[in-house]
Amino acid sequence: MNSEESLKIDIQNLNFFYKTKQVLKNINLQMAEKKVTALMGPSGCGKTTLLRCLNLMHELIEETRAEGTVNLYPQKVNLLSDEMDPLWVRQRIGMVFQKPNPFPKSMYENVAYGLRLRGLKNKTELESRVEKALNQAGLWKEVSDRIHQPAFSLSGGQQQRLCIARALAVEPEVLLLDEPTSALDPISTAHIEEQLSEIKKHVTVIMVTHNLHQAARCSDETVFMLNGEVIEKGRSQKLFTNPQDQRTENYITGRFG
Amino acid sequence: MNLSTNSLGSSVKFRHFLSFIFKILSLLGLLLGLIVLLVLIGDLIRRGGDRLSIDFFTNFASRKADRAGILAAWVGTLWVMLITAVLTIVVGVSAAIYLEEYAPKNRATRLIELNILNLAAMPSILYGLLALGLFVHQMKLGSSLLTAGMTLSLLVLPVVIVASREALRSLPFTLKEASYALGATQFQTLVYHQIPAALSGIMTGVILALSRAIGETAPLITIGALTYIAFLPQSLMDSFTVLPIQLFNWLSRPQEEFHANAAAAGLVLLFLTFLLNGVAILIRIKARKNIKW
Ligand SMILES: Nc1ncnc2c1ncn2[C@@H]1O[C@H](COP(=O)(O)OP(=O)(O)OP(=O)(O)O)[C@@H](O)[C@H]1O
Ligand SMILES: [Mg+2]
Repeated sequence: MNSEESLKIDIQNLNFFYKTKQVLKNINLQMAEKKVTALMGPSGCGKTTLLRCLNLMHELIEETRAEGTVNLYPQKVNLLSDEMDPLWVRQRIGMVFQKPNPFPKSMYENVAYGLRLRGLKNKTELESRVEKALNQAGLWKEVSDRIHQPAFSLSGGQQQRLCIARALAVEPEVLLLDEPTSALDPISTAHIEEQLSEIKKHVTVIMVTHNLHQAARCSDETVFMLNGEVIEKGRSQKLFTNPQDQRTENYITGRFG
Repeated sequence: MNLSTNSLGSSVKFRHFLSFIFKILSLLGLLLGLIVLLVLIGDLIRRGGDRLSIDFFTNFASRKADRAGILAAWVGTLWVMLITAVLTIVVGVSAAIYLEEYAPKNRATRLIELNILNLAAMPSILYGLLALGLFVHQMKLGSSLLTAGMTLSLLVLPVVIVASREALRSLPFTLKEASYALGATQFQTLVYHQIPAALSGIMTGVILALSRAIGETAPLITIGALTYIAFLPQSLMDSFTVLPIQLFNWLSRPQEEFHANAAAAGLVLLFLTFLLNGVAILIRIKARKNIKW
C-alpha cells in the first residue's frame, strides 16, 4: 500500500473455525480505500470464508468461531469484537454471493429492499436510487421497461448484476464480491468488469475470482491464498509478472490447483 | 455371458412394466376416492335434496320435521370456524416461527417437537375432556362459542404448527442470507421474506386443520354444546350449536322425516367444507402470485 492511500480494512491474526476445523490460519491483510483487491486461490482455500467474516455472515452458521481483529477505518472499530452489532456492519459492508440469490419478488423490490430496511419511504427518492444502482451495475438499459417483473425472469448473469445493484443501492463503504462472474458469459463478465472501475470510485471492493486475467485486469492488488493462509499479496501487475513465492508462481502458471 | 443385450433388455422392459402398474394403481386410488365422494353426495341429494329451501336456512330447529331448519346450526358453525381460524393461525404460526427461528436447538426443543407430533394423533374426545375441565369449569367460560373455538383450535394446532414449520424450513437458506447481508434484522427477514414465501405452505396446513375442525362433534358435545337452540349467538360467551351436532341429533330420532333433514344438513356441511377449502385455495394462489421463484 502506498503512503497516499488510506487504510480501509485491517485484518490482524484472523483465525476461523467451523466446529473444530480451522479454515483460516493467521490471516494478516490490509486493504486500501477505494481500491479493488482480488482474492485468488484454489477451491476450498477459504476465500468465501474470509469474505463472510468481513460482514459477519458467518454468525448465521452454527458452531463457527472467528478469532483476531478486523478493524474498519475511518471509524477504527473492531468488527469481530463481541459488542459489534452485525446490523451496523452489514449496512456498511455489502456482499454479493457466489450464486445469484435474488428475492422472489420484482426487480424493483429487490433493489429497493435495502433502502426500505433503512426506512426510506419516499417513492420518487426510492425510484431514483433504484435506477442509479441498476445503472451502476450496468443493468438499467436492459431492464428499465420491466423493473416490476419478477427477478427470476432474468438470466443468470442479469440476476447477478441485480444482486450487485441491490448491494450498491444502500451505498456501502465496502463491497464484497464472491466470484461475481463465475457463472457468466464473456459479454456479461465484461459488463461487470467495466462497471467495477466506476464502482471503485466510491466503494472499496474485495473480489474473489478464479479468473487470473480478471484479477490482472480489474484489481489493484491481488492476494494469493492456499489452505487457509495468505501466501502472497502485492500489486496485481507485479504479482502476476513477478511473483515472489514459488507456490504463487506455480498457481498462476497452472502447475497446480 | 450376454449381459448387454438379454438380461439388461428384459430388465428395462420389466421396469417399464412396474412403472405402468404403479401408474394404474395410483389412478385406481384416485378414482376410488372420487367415486365414494360422488356416491355420498348423490345419496345425500336423493334423501335430503327436497328439504333444501330458503326456510330450511332461516328456521330454527323444531319438533315438527317439515318446519325444522338449521339457522342456529349454520350460524354457529360459521362463528366457531371463524374463532378457530383466528386463534389457530395466530397461535400456530407464532409457535412454528418460534420453534423454527428462535428456539435454541437443544434437547428440550426436540422433546417439544416430538410431543407436538404426538398431540396431532390424540383422539379428539380427549381434547373435549381437557376443555371441559380447563375452559368450562376452571376458567368459567361456560359452554360458549369461545370455549368451542378454543377447543377446536387446540385440536388442530399441531397440524398447523407442523405444516408451518415444514413450510418455513423448506425455504432456501440463501433467502435468509440475502436479507441479512443487506442489514435486515431477524424480524424484518421474517416479515418481508420468510412468511410471504412460506404462506402457501402455511395455508395448506390451515386448510387441512379447518376441514378437520368443521366436522368435529365429540369434543363440542363434551364441552356441553346445545342440541336445541332458538336464538342466534350475540357474543362470544353465548351458547351455540353447530351443524354436525344438529345432524347427529336428527339422525338419532326414529322418524324418517328427520333423517331427510339430516341428509340436507349434511349437504350444507359438505358445501361449507368445500367453500372453506375454496377460500383457502384462493389465498394460496394469491400468495403464490406475489412470490415468483
Ligand atoms: N458451513 C460449513 N461447515 C463446515 N465446513 C465448511 C463450511 N463452509 C465451508 N467449509 C469448509 O471451509 C473450507 C473453505 O471453504 P470456502 O467456501 O471458504 O472455500 P473457497 O475458497 O471459497 O472455495 P471455492 O473457490 O470453491 O468457492 C472448505 O474446506 C470447506 O469445506
Ligand atoms: Mg467460494
